[in-house]
Amino acid sequence: MGKLSIRNVHKTFGNNVEVLKGIDIETSDNQFLILVGPSGCGKSTLLNIIAGLEASTGGDIHINDRRVNDLSPRDRDIAMVFQSYALYPSMTVRQNILFGLQIRKVPREERERTLKDVAAMLQIDHLLERKPRELSGGQRQRVAIGRAIARDPALFLFDEPLSNLDAKLRVEMRDELKRLHQRIQTTIVYVTHDQIEAMTLGDLIAVMNDGQIQQLGSPQEIYDNPANLFVAGFIGSPSMNFIPCEITVDDQGAGLQMQEGDNRLVMQAPDHAQAALRERNGQKVILGIRPEQITHKRVSQLDEADTRLMTATVDIIEPTGPDTLIFIHLNDTKVICRVHPPEAKQPGERMELLFDLAKAVFFDPQTEQRIA
Amino acid sequence: MSERDHSVHSHTPRAARIGIYAILVFAALFYLTPLYVIVITSLKSLQEVHLGNLLSLPLRPTFDAWREAWSSACSGATCQGVQVYFWNSVHLVIPAVLISTAFGAVNGYVLTKWRFRGSDLFFSLLLIGTFIPFQMILLPMAWVLGKIHLENTIAGLVMVHVIYGLAFTTLFFRNFYVTIPNELVKAAMIDGAGFFTIFWRILLPVSTPIFMVTIIWQFTQIWNDFLFGVVFTSGAIHPITVALNNLVNTSTGVRRYNVDMAAALIAALPTLLVYLIAGKYFVRGLTAGSVKG
Repeated sequence: MGKLSIRNVHKTFGNNVEVLKGIDIETSDNQFLILVGPSGCGKSTLLNIIAGLEASTGGDIHINDRRVNDLSPRDRDIAMVFQSYALYPSMTVRQNILFGLQIRKVPREERERTLKDVAAMLQIDHLLERKPRELSGGQRQRVAIGRAIARDPALFLFDEPLSNLDAKLRVEMRDELKRLHQRIQTTIVYVTHDQIEAMTLGDLIAVMNDGQIQQLGSPQEIYDNPANLFVAGFIGSPSMNFIPCEITVDDQGAGLQMQEGDNRLVMQAPDHAQAALRERNGQKVILGIRPEQITHKRVSQLDEADTRLMTATVDIIEPTGPDTLIFIHLNDTKVICRVHPPEAKQPGERMELLFDLAKAVFFDPQTEQRIA
Repeated sequence: MSERDHSVHSHTPRAARIGIYAILVFAALFYLTPLYVIVITSLKSLQEVHLGNLLSLPLRPTFDAWREAWSSACSGATCQGVQVYFWNSVHLVIPAVLISTAFGAVNGYVLTKWRFRGSDLFFSLLLIGTFIPFQMILLPMAWVLGKIHLENTIAGLVMVHVIYGLAFTTLFFRNFYVTIPNELVKAAMIDGAGFFTIFWRILLPVSTPIFMVTIIWQFTQIWNDFLFGVVFTSGAIHPITVALNNLVNTSTGVRRYNVDMAAALIAALPTLLVYLIAGKYFVRGLTAGSVKG
């Protein structure tokens, strides 16, 4: 359950500070929608507008096909988990979880049954009589989620719920949230600035920047086919490499001019981009290529259509364990390549690198929009 | 807290520590000596007071002076001790403290959690209220009290103290509630709680320290007030501070220092008691913003 539709929502603060410039999102039932973007992009404002904690200055919010613009937060059939957990400090865990049910005058037997279910689901049975200050960060997080689940709402709203946890706990809670979502079968709207959280949790991601949705799609779609330079740079770690290069067209088709140290060469553009790039002879474009698409030379791949070989001087190496990152310079731009550790050369040495352009993307340097 | 205190102690050289304690003991003596003189004088008979040994302990301690001060000493024309005026002050201070504190709490709640257009300006204007000297409002207030027929009544005096105290109580509660995360209120709103439910169930239970601070402050201010009492009341309606002044200034031959001292102590006891009972919260409440509970 929990169909959310956001239609042309605007928000302007005071003196024409426009923080939301027309947001449109439609979810289907039982989706995990992520609002992700850098701080100040408007994602938290949008969440507050969905919750009814802030009023929009234009547009509509529908929850389960019911227009909720004029409803107060309590009547929207939502539950929210806050970054600071916002557990009521004077109440025990039990009272915290039951507070909303009590206010809504849910009968006692039903309240007790809900409490039992929620406590069992989140394994917090043994904490019920404790006060929030007697709990660890992870336990508080569970209780906050429990309080939301107890309400059995049509829509869950999560406001950066994991950002106060340490790295290990965050990964654990991420898995639990995902499992939880599969169990409760309700739409979740989840705000985060962490693109890894966005990728791992979401099945629909809205990448936001500057009060607008830059791209709305599945995690893989957004990763493989970013709509513009911002999305391409924001999603993925380490970031996609952006190499500015000039197009030259000859009888073999469009090529990308590359300068590595004192060497100049032309790298033939991949098939999927040929048509678009041929029209830009002599112009500059930005080649976007992810680090894992530049690797050490693998003989098995050499025959593939869009692979190109190139030798470059290694600048820095960063071993990460499973892979080693190699930094080179192309067209005066730092480029990160991801290679198998034993293949990595030392800084200063020359290394043969395999560029897989099959998934390379191209952007217009002025509009920053995708062109191929 | 206690751990930090401990570490400070163990890192301070012995000589410095002795010096600090010497200064503290001296300061304590300096401030306690007048109190000591007042207490022992109130326990002496008049003959003994006239022996002139100001600092010596009473030879035969007696509560006669206390009894006289309470029930038969003369202030002005009446000779019924300070007890009537003591109860006047009690009847004044309890409603005035409770009402001004309650309003301050709600004001502070609204100014931090239900902010409205211009609420910051409103708060700034209210702050100015804390700087208005008593003397400035005497005449207009006397005029208002006359208009609403509350002149020379305890109720009128309660009203004056409530209005004058609002600026302070609002300031205290506003500064306390501003440290309580707004997300708590948002969470309660989504849980379905309304304006007063949030106040009662979420904010009040964590407000004990600031209530103590405000109550001590208001109690001390109102109980010790002399000016409003002397201006807006007369005769049998006087609060105890005014009565004490009259008692001491009523000259019927010999000055009865022991009775004066006993009366002064009676006048001071309630504030002392409030500090003893709620004092530990006072310091805690003043620092409550920095240490989240």
